[in-house]
Amino acid sequence: MKYWKILPRAHVVFILLPVYWLVNMSFKSNQEILSTLSLWPQNFTLANYATILTDPSWYSGYINSLIYVLLNTVISLSVALPAAYAFSRYRFLGDKHLFFWLLSNRMAPPAVFALPFFQLYSSIGLFDTHLAVALAHTLFNVPLAVWILEGFMSSVPKEIDETARIDGYSFPRFFVRIFAPMIASGIGVTAFFCFMFSWVELLLARTLTSVDAKPIAAIMTRTVSASGLDWGVLAAAGTLTIIPGMLVIYFVRNHIARGFAMGRV
Amino acid sequence: MSLRKRDYPKAWLLVLPVVLIVAFNAVIPLMTVVNYSVQDTFGNNQFFWVGLEWFEEVLHSERFGNALGRQLLFTGLVLAIEIPLGLMIALGLPKSGWRASAYMMLLALPLLIPWNVVGTIWQIFGRIDIGLAGAAINAVGIDYNYTQNAFDAWITVIAMDVWHWTSLVALLCYSGLKSVPEVYYQAAAIDGASRWAIFRFVQLPRLRQVLIIAFLLRFMDSFMIYTEPFVITGGGPGNATTFLSIDLVKLALGQFDLGHAAAMSLIYFLIVLLVCWLFYTIMSVGDSRPEPRQ
Amino acid sequence: MAQIETRALSHSYLPDPDYPADFALKELDLNLLDGHAYALLGPSGCGKSTLLGIISGLLRPTQGEILFDGQDVTHLNARQRHVAEVFQFPVVYETMSVFDNLAFPLKNRGFGREAIAKRVAEVAELLDLSEQLPRKSATLSAGARQLVSLGRGLVRTDVNAILFDEPLTVIDPQEKWRLRTRLKQLHRQSGLTMIYVTHDQTEALTFADTVMVMHEGRILQSGSPSELFERPKHKFVGKFIGSPGMNFLHCQFDGNAAIVDGQSIPLQRPYGTDIDGSSFELGFRPEYCEFSRDGSGIAAQLIDVDCTSRRKIAYLNAAGAKVCVSLPADQEIPADNHRIRIDPQRALLYAAEILVAERP
Repeated sequence: MKYWKILPRAHVVFILLPVYWLVNMSFKSNQEILSTLSLWPQNFTLANYATILTDPSWYSGYINSLIYVLLNTVISLSVALPAAYAFSRYRFLGDKHLFFWLLSNRMAPPAVFALPFFQLYSSIGLFDTHLAVALAHTLFNVPLAVWILEGFMSSVPKEIDETARIDGYSFPRFFVRIFAPMIASGIGVTAFFCFMFSWVELLLARTLTSVDAKPIAAIMTRTVSASGLDWGVLAAAGTLTIIPGMLVIYFVRNHIARGFAMGRV
Repeated sequence: MSLRKRDYPKAWLLVLPVVLIVAFNAVIPLMTVVNYSVQDTFGNNQFFWVGLEWFEEVLHSERFGNALGRQLLFTGLVLAIEIPLGLMIALGLPKSGWRASAYMMLLALPLLIPWNVVGTIWQIFGRIDIGLAGAAINAVGIDYNYTQNAFDAWITVIAMDVWHWTSLVALLCYSGLKSVPEVYYQAAAIDGASRWAIFRFVQLPRLRQVLIIAFLLRFMDSFMIYTEPFVITGGGPGNATTFLSIDLVKLALGQFDLGHAAAMSLIYFLIVLLVCWLFYTIMSVGDSRPEPRQ
Repeated sequence: MAQIETRALSHSYLPDPDYPADFALKELDLNLLDGHAYALLGPSGCGKSTLLGIISGLLRPTQGEILFDGQDVTHLNARQRHVAEVFQFPVVYETMSVFDNLAFPLKNRGFGREAIAKRVAEVAELLDLSEQLPRKSATLSAGARQLVSLGRGLVRTDVNAILFDEPLTVIDPQEKWRLRTRLKQLHRQSGLTMIYVTHDQTEALTFADTVMVMHEGRILQSGSPSELFERPKHKFVGKFIGSPGMNFLHCQFDGNAAIVDGQSIPLQRPYGTDIDGSSFELGFRPEYCEFSRDGSGIAAQLIDVDCTSRRKIAYLNAAGAKVCVSLPADQEIPADNHRIRIDPQRALLYAAEILVAERP
């Protein structure tokens, strides 16, 4: 069965190769990149990173992205938690249809919403704000959050709710002190996926912003069409965007398998 | 675990925030799109009803047909590669230990890179002047240039997607495999089953649910793909890699051809919904088998 | 067919075992006879599943050897040992029909279609599954699945022994009873060696010809069900077998009689005069003692009474220990001044928890 093991190893090499090339390039000057093709920097330089970290038009992009991603995660979790609880514990008029309608929004092509969102958010004066992007991303993140949380909540026995009520807990207190800790890993998984899908998205984030809330993704793609393209800086910018992702993966590495086991990405 | 749910009409209050937020983001824009799709304008913000004309125009348009064709080809190829590949990778992963953790982290890496950076990585990687792959391929004598050759552009975009998303399939299949109770392997060993028989009769049945989810997700996301190919090729050379979303955005935000774009949007959304509904139905012809106590 | 022997078998799950406590199985020398029905009985963690794993070949022992019919099979894996096993969880190949499930082991071993059909029909007849053959195995109840699992073992012609690892755990109570009877029947009909692991003494005592009681990696006693009931060799066996288990009271021994709480109980056994021991205990079953009506016997305080349809069980404190008395349901328990009379014929003497043997 040895050849079964070769495939994961080969795939990991395949994954790392282009990333290595990007990182490699980020430590070279633009001149070196354009003149020679070397497997490691001949003249190692941190100048590209310095440019990004000192130039507000660059680093503001990261800050903007992080702001709306965090905002989105908070909003998505806050509205999804009570809704998931309702789906998990109660029957009410239209519950099944509502659930399916929510899921169908995950299947909406963002391209379809690009123009309407542009018009909608402009009309309420939220164009070029972090809130706009955060809200726009809830289109697919909230259904996902409800779906994942409902799954975790359903595995908590309803007897616990009843016991808490008999013991005199008010609903908010019960939710925060008893229920939430029991679904802590579910909340973690949900936060992870909200972060992931909001952080990686470009189309809506770029459509809804122009200057103040411009995400790093938009700044990088703008750079592509500008003349006098600096590949070194672009590579450094790209490398920096990989870091938050790597950190998040590192922290949840033991829960990744469990999160996917929910089968509810 | 009790399965009774209480009847509680007031539960609507708990669901209300979600409904409001999603309705705001989904219903209103969709209404706008529907609005545009059945109207036309003379350009001075005055609209008049044209019924299903736009839909007919889209469905008969060669441009739409080509974009749809390219999209279907792309999605088909990508599914054909990623699903089996992801599954095979999962079969080779260790079941536990630090190696398993390390694999989890490395496999998850492409999933958390912003999509435009994925595009940038491959844009650079494939270039013949500054890219490792591009230069290496040409160095061994093969003519490769994704900016000029449509075939090469396709190869690059597909390689990029396989690089990007196979991990998702692999991780899903891995979690499915972990759910196979050890007893089944023991019983199969005693029954003298070959490796292939174990795969076919013990592992595959348990993977059914997970494979359907993987298929569904990859279909949806590849059908809606925009950013990565846009960054690498911009849709080119020419139209060669202009998939549905890229074409739609060109029409809507580029040319502001609202009626056409709106009708196309609705058809697009409907196709996705239809396929997803089909698979959801297959998925819920589900299985409720007794599980061993772990 | 196989006679199974182990020599100096021991097993540890730790990579570097030092102390006896590190071993799940300690120095076992077993001789299991061909065609016999054995039960490995013991509480969780006593090592019975480990022993079963070693016999089946799914586990390789840390030390020692295991032989089938005199041949060393220690290094053979499960497939090569010609054993079949029925697990705690009913394993069926859900995508296959019952017929295909039963045919599977034969197919893997290269049997022809006709031979398979014939053999499967035979075994299905034996298990009363003939009607279920075309059914999808996923639709079967847990009990039926276990029968199919068993069938996969019976269908093979090369099987030396069939091993059972707590097979009735997930079965409903009604089906349990039926299956137990069926298993006993099958053993008689097939004549195969069967080894049955369980923590439930009812299962063990009804199924097996020989029961081996295990505790902390050792076999404490091996014998017929009645032997274990009447003459437990070890205090643990006495307490484990029987429901409730044997009573034990500390006592002195004067060569002839046991003295409990000042009362002398003459044991009618030739113990000999050179019994030297400390911590003597008198062991007697709840069934072999009664409430005395004439003021004699050991004083006790009544704590609780448990009534079932056939018997009453009285829980008492006597001579500093908990004691149970089992009496027929229609018998009255005295209102006060409880005194227990022990049947001296059935009482046994234990020293340091081990049965004191009589002079032959």
